[in-house]
Order: sequence, then structure tokens, then C-alpha cells
Amino acid sequence: MRPIHSKITEIVEESPNVRTFFFDTQFDEAIPGQFVMVWVHGTDEVPMTLSGKNSITVQKVGDATSRMFELGIGDHMGLRGPFGRGFTIPRNGENVLFIAGGVGAAPIAPLADIVKMRGIEAHAILGARCCDEILFRERFACGRVDITTDDGSEGRSGFVTDQLTETDTSNINRIYVCGPEIMMYKVFEILKARNVHVKTEFSLHRYFKCGIGVCGACSMDPEGLRVCRDGPVFNGGELEGSEFGHYERDSSGRKCRF
Amino acid sequence: MKVAGIELKNPTILASGIMGTTGAALARMGRNGAGAVVTKSIGPVPKKGHNNPSMVELECGYINAMGLPNPSYLGFCEEIGIAKSKTDAPLIASIFGGNAAEFTEVAKRLLSSKPDCFELNVSCPHAEGYGASVGTDPDLVHEITTSVVDAVDVPVWVKLTPNVTDITSIGRAAESAGASAIVAINTVRGMAIDIHSGYPILGNRFGGLSGPAVKPVAVKCVYDLYEVLDVPVIGVGGITCWEDAIEMMLAGASAVEIGSAVHDDTQIFEKISKGIDTYLQKYGYSKAEDIAGLSHEMI
Repeated sequence: MRPIHSKITEIVEESPNVRTFFFDTQFDEAIPGQFVMVWVHGTDEVPMTLSGKNSITVQKVGDATSRMFELGIGDHMGLRGPFGRGFTIPRNGENVLFIAGGVGAAPIAPLADIVKMRGIEAHAILGARCCDEILFRERFACGRVDITTDDGSEGRSGFVTDQLTETDTSNINRIYVCGPEIMMYKVFEILKARNVHVKTEFSLHRYFKCGIGVCGACSMDPEGLRVCRDGPVFNGGELEGSEFGHYERDSSGRKCRF
Repeated sequence: MKVAGIELKNPTILASGIMGTTGAALARMGRNGAGAVVTKSIGPVPKKGHNNPSMVELECGYINAMGLPNPSYLGFCEEIGIAKSKTDAPLIASIFGGNAAEFTEVAKRLLSSKPDCFELNVSCPHAEGYGASVGTDPDLVHEITTSVVDAVDVPVWVKLTPNVTDITSIGRAAESAGASAIVAINTVRGMAIDIHSGYPILGNRFGGLSGPAVKPVAVKCVYDLYEVLDVPVIGVGGITCWEDAIEMMLAGASAVEIGSAVHDDTQIFEKISKGIDTYLQKYGYSKAEDIAGLSHEMI
């Protein structure tokens, strides 16, 4: 597909470095966890997981995202998608745990919306560097919400892993995780020790070149799974013994350790 | 089957630039039935490639301008080793450079990882100073091919660009320099523009067209090369099913490479090679080599 010319209809400042852009293009068929390739004309195209049917939530980190932050309502971007494999959807009556770090709350938020709509009980552990950077706390309010901040400005002072260590996961049916890879890997290790990593889904990030599963730039070792097409959501069982938590590759294909 | 100095498991080869950045990805395609796998093109220094969008699906195929991203031979020897340890499909190392010295340096440096063959990329249509910038000049192609052939002890294939007036002159130059096979074609130079914003879609503004749209171009190039060459021709361009592969073989291809079709199906190699077998059986041929260039006799 060619990029869909999409007009920005609303911009919400979530925190000093994070904004949600709403578009006049709606991806009604998108499954939570799927992504779109976002083309910032004249700059670059980057993958962004949908934070809603017509929205992306962006942290300012590089050229493309910095350029996005200069755009206003009425400006356009090109959107291709939805691409990739999203999260599984919890069934009624299941117990759900969300674990999100920083802007990692964005891919999981659409799942929280579904859970809330269906009246499924869910527990959320939301972590960030400080209280200003906790995203979508109202969308995750579908049961118990634990907040952790690195600086102790809200909730527990520490990391999501500190909270998880004290959280009983024996009755949880599905666990959804997104955040910086080091955080996700620590979560993976804790859950693997409890043998519940196979009930857990992680939303991964890698450098995408083509974004449509052809070039192989985002392939993970050792099975050659493509994050853009076989993921970006992977079950914890699929990640066992993989490069996850250890290294990724830069745009030239060189390994970079975390 | 032995083609151009290497023992292929079947006539369907993974084309360069597709699932070729890591050893694990190459091995996955080998396990999925590729008769051999060609790596992403490797050059003398690490290169990040063009900005995105770098590949977009169009109505008739795909347009791409990756910009030869690669970690250089320094990072890639390890990947070749991984690929070779995890699949028994022969590994063909695609290499590029700006001149004969660079090509030869890359080939020599990769030799320690024991590739089964080299494929010289003198045909990428959108990397300034590389690829088609050198592959449109028969003298340069001759010089580069001679230099690499002299430096390595494995077969050397040369992959040509269709973006020339006479592809046979380039093919002849490579053959006379000692190439074991000619691979045709690389992508066809092309462009796509977003009519709403006016921006060319690719980050590099233009790039190369692949997929179904280019198949007739590839068939004609393969047909013409078969007419004038003694070495085998490897057909590539727009093959998505076994019928396409057979058509390419009848035009003159001893084997085929498959690229863009991996987008729709990573199991494509197994499907196409089974289809080829069924066709050969139905028409009473004992092996794939028997149909290479058969359409030339139909006059």
C-alpha cells in the first residue's frame, strides 16, 4: 500500500517529551499492538504502534519525531498499516496484568480500553522516570493500578520490577509488557523464574528498514524472526534464548549491546 | 543440481537484499526450502543506507531504495558463518564496491568465512558511485570481474542491471572476464510520487522496481543473454509462482532467484521448487537443466 495522506486533527501533550497525534485516518481493523509506518515528508519514516484507532503517541527521540513535534493541527503525515502481529485479546473472566514503562504504555493502552469495555478485571503496573511521565493512567484504571517512579515523585520509588516482585502472578491468565528493552528483559527474567513467561506478551522495538517483512533488517537471532512482521508482539516462550535483552542491530546491521 | 560451479539443492535461490542482513535470517530461508541463499550486498565500509521510506508496495510490484545498508565485511563474516552452520543451502556472498580494488578487498576479506560463491552487485540502481554506476560500463565490469575471479577460489557470478541499452554487451564482458554465471536482472529504475503531498515516496526520491511488473523485462533480458553467452544465466525479476519460474527457465535460465515474493510467503521456495518438479514430470523432462532456453528452439 502507498502511504495514506493523513491530516492531524488533534495533538495532546501527554508530557514534556510525549505527544499524541490524532488523524483523520481511522484504522478500525487494527489489533492492539499493531503498528503503522509514519512518514514525515522530507525527513524519514518510522514505525509507531497505534495508541488508538486513529492515534500514535510519540516520544521525541530523533530526527523524524523532532520534526513531528514541529507539526500542528491541519498538517499531514503519510501512514501505512496496520502492520505486524498484535497482542492476543483477553477473554471474559480472565485475569490480566499490564506492565508498562514510560511511553511503552502507548501500545498497551488500546488493550486496556477493550478490557475496560468488557468489564474484565485488570491490574496495571505503570512505571516512569517521574510523575509527569506516567501515561494514560485513566485508560488503565480498570482495576488496581500501581505506579512506580524512578525519582519517587509518585507511587513507589523504584522500578516496575520492584512492584512485580511483590505481585502474585499465579492466577493471572495473560500478562502484557511494553517498555525499554532492559526493563522488559528484567520482567521476562522474573516471570520466567515463575514459569509464567509463556503467558506473557512483549512488544518489541527494532530498527525497521522496509517495515513489511522483506529486507530482514529487523530479524532477531537465532531464528530469524522479523520484528516487523512476525512481531512486534512476541510470546515470552518465543523469546527464550534469543537476542532479546542482549543486543539489537543498528541501521547498517551491526550489533549493539544493550 | 550443479549450476555454474555450485551444487544447488533446487533451482530456487533467495535473491540478494531479501532476508539477507543476518545469518539467522538467511538460514531461515534455507530451512524454508531455498536451493541456495544470496546475502545482502556487503561493501568495504559500514553503510546505514537511505532514509525511509525505503520500500513501498505499489499496485504492480514494489519500489525500493535501501541504499546498500550493510555492516561491511568486518561485521559480516560472523553472519556468513552462522548461516552456513544452520542451513546446508549453499551461501552466495553478494558484494559491492566503487572500483575493482574495493570489490576485491571485500571478496578477499569474506573468503575466511567460506562462502560457496560470490555474486558481484554491479547493478544496484540507486546508490551513487556503486552498483549500476559501475555496471553500465562493460570495461569496468570486465576489470572488476577479472580482479575478483583472480583473487578467489570459488565461482563468481555477476548480477546485471536492466537499465542499459544493450545488456548483452555487459554480459559478454563479465563472461570473458571469467564469470561462472550471469544473474539478470536487478531492479528496474523507477519512482513513485504521493499525489496528495507531491513528495516522491522513497527517501532517496527514486529507486528500483521489483515484483510482477518487471517479469517481462527480466524474461527478455534472460532470453537475450542466453542467445549470446556460454555460461549459465540465473533468472531473477518478478517470479512469484512456479509458472513464472518455468517461463524464466524456458527463456534461458538454469536457475532462478526469488526476492519480493517472500513478502507474501516465506515458504515460497518450497512451493515453487515442487511446482517445477511437477511440471518437469508432466512434460517428461528428467531434470531442470533440460528446459533451460528451450523456447529458443521454438521457431
